[in-house]
Amino acid sequence: VNGVRLAVAMALVSVALVLQVSLFPHLAWQGVVPNLCLLVVVGAGLTRGAQFAAVLGFLAGVALDLAPPADHVAGRWALALVVVGYVAGRVRQDLKPTAVAVVGTVAASSFIGTSVFALSGLLLSDGVTDFGELLPVILVAVLWDVLLTPFVLPPVMTLFNRLEPERATV
Amino acid sequence: MGVLDRVWHRRERRWGSDDRLDERNRSKPLLIALVLASASLITLDYHGGSDSPVEPARRAVGEVFGPIETGASAAVRPFTAVPSWFRSRGSMREQLDELEAENAKLRSQAATSGYDRNRLEEYDGLTAAAKSLGYALVPARVVGLGPSQSFSRTVTIDAGSASGVAPDMTVLNNDGLVGRVLRVTSTTATVLLVVDADSVVGGRVGESMEIGFLHGRGVLGNDGRLDLELVDESAIPAKHDTVVTWGSQGGAPYVSGVPVGRVTSVYSSLRETSQRAVIEPFVDFGSLDLVGVVVPSGSRSDRSVIEADGSLQ
Repeated sequence: VNGVRLAVAMALVSVALVLQVSLFPHLAWQGVVPNLCLLVVVGAGLTRGAQFAAVLGFLAGVALDLAPPADHVAGRWALALVVVGYVAGRVRQDLKPTAVAVVGTVAASSFIGTSVFALSGLLLSDGVTDFGELLPVILVAVLWDVLLTPFVLPPVMTLFNRLEPERATV
Repeated sequence: MGVLDRVWHRRERRWGSDDRLDERNRSKPLLIALVLASASLITLDYHGGSDSPVEPARRAVGEVFGPIETGASAAVRPFTAVPSWFRSRGSMREQLDELEAENAKLRSQAATSGYDRNRLEEYDGLTAAAKSLGYALVPARVVGLGPSQSFSRTVTIDAGSASGVAPDMTVLNNDGLVGRVLRVTSTTATVLLVVDADSVVGGRVGESMEIGFLHGRGVLGNDGRLDLELVDESAIPAKHDTVVTWGSQGGAPYVSGVPVGRVTSVYSSLRETSQRAVIEPFVDFGSLDLVGVVVPSGSRSDRSVIEADGSLQ
């Protein structure tokens, strides 16, 4: 795992994190915002494979767990995004993924990531008290992520492909 | 030749799939290591509190991200006002209906003015009490909101230890109680809203002076509700009664006499020994912007502090 590539990816995750915390709450539905960090991790998985995406997912998750105003048990988003990075990386083919494949991967990853986070909260009794309120939150989160896919994934994937062109030409 | 060709092709294909298998084999130990790292982070932070080993890391990350959040939120502030310009006629009409209904309610309340005068006196007393205790407020703006996906209701404000803010201080705005400070960095602070499921506030019903505990429900969206559990099971709060904080020892984490909300419904169950009431908070948690942090009078700050008598220091 190349250091420069990881540094650029982390810068991307930081921008995503700040937008998610400071800009998107103004557009949120019932407080649910698009998970931009998750979209960046999915983009990394689709272009760079499971290994890189899982490492980036862990780092992005730790940032989400520690940056203010987070107050849940640290490590929960890290766990969720490691799984997301691995799953999105498994989907990757050596061919260029089609638009449908990208949207499908985002929807599946978003569902898995948000569910892992929510269920870990239920297990640790950390914030989540009612099983019934999980499903609407997860569904809205998936919808948000899919809606933002056309705006976020193409530039993110182009950037990751540019960072290591030899992999794309092989 | 043909057979050899086919074998060669098959071998080539095998090589290709071997490559992918290889990547899978290499990424599996890494995946396990990362999952274990996340799990140990969860274990370290599970008991939480201010003595959690993760707390210094939180502070360090906060010192970096806090100023960026403040900057980003200052940059988007001019644009966040735009949607309200385009508010549709339908929602205006809805608002008109609501205001008419409220007007009618006020008219009926005016008929019970004696009762209201008593209530006003009580309010006056509370305000006077707050004044005599000598609270001062550090003004701050909300610069970051936790997403509902995280299932905790917390916000970041742009005042930190440099402004005299410390953990366990009361945060309010001009409508009422907002929450308490959880942790600070030098320029920002994280505030736990009273509607969070982990939040417990000592409350007092303004009419009967009965005390109880206010629990946040942690529900979605802007229509947050609180549950009031009264200590005295025989006391029954009336609808529309006002609930204020009764304050903790030494004013931390909550100072006394801050209005919290209004009773909307009361119910009791035979199994539970106490009365429960649902409280609608005065504060609109969906549109939090300017808040004040209660600090001891005359405390040192890098910005002007609003003193109890309304003067700026």
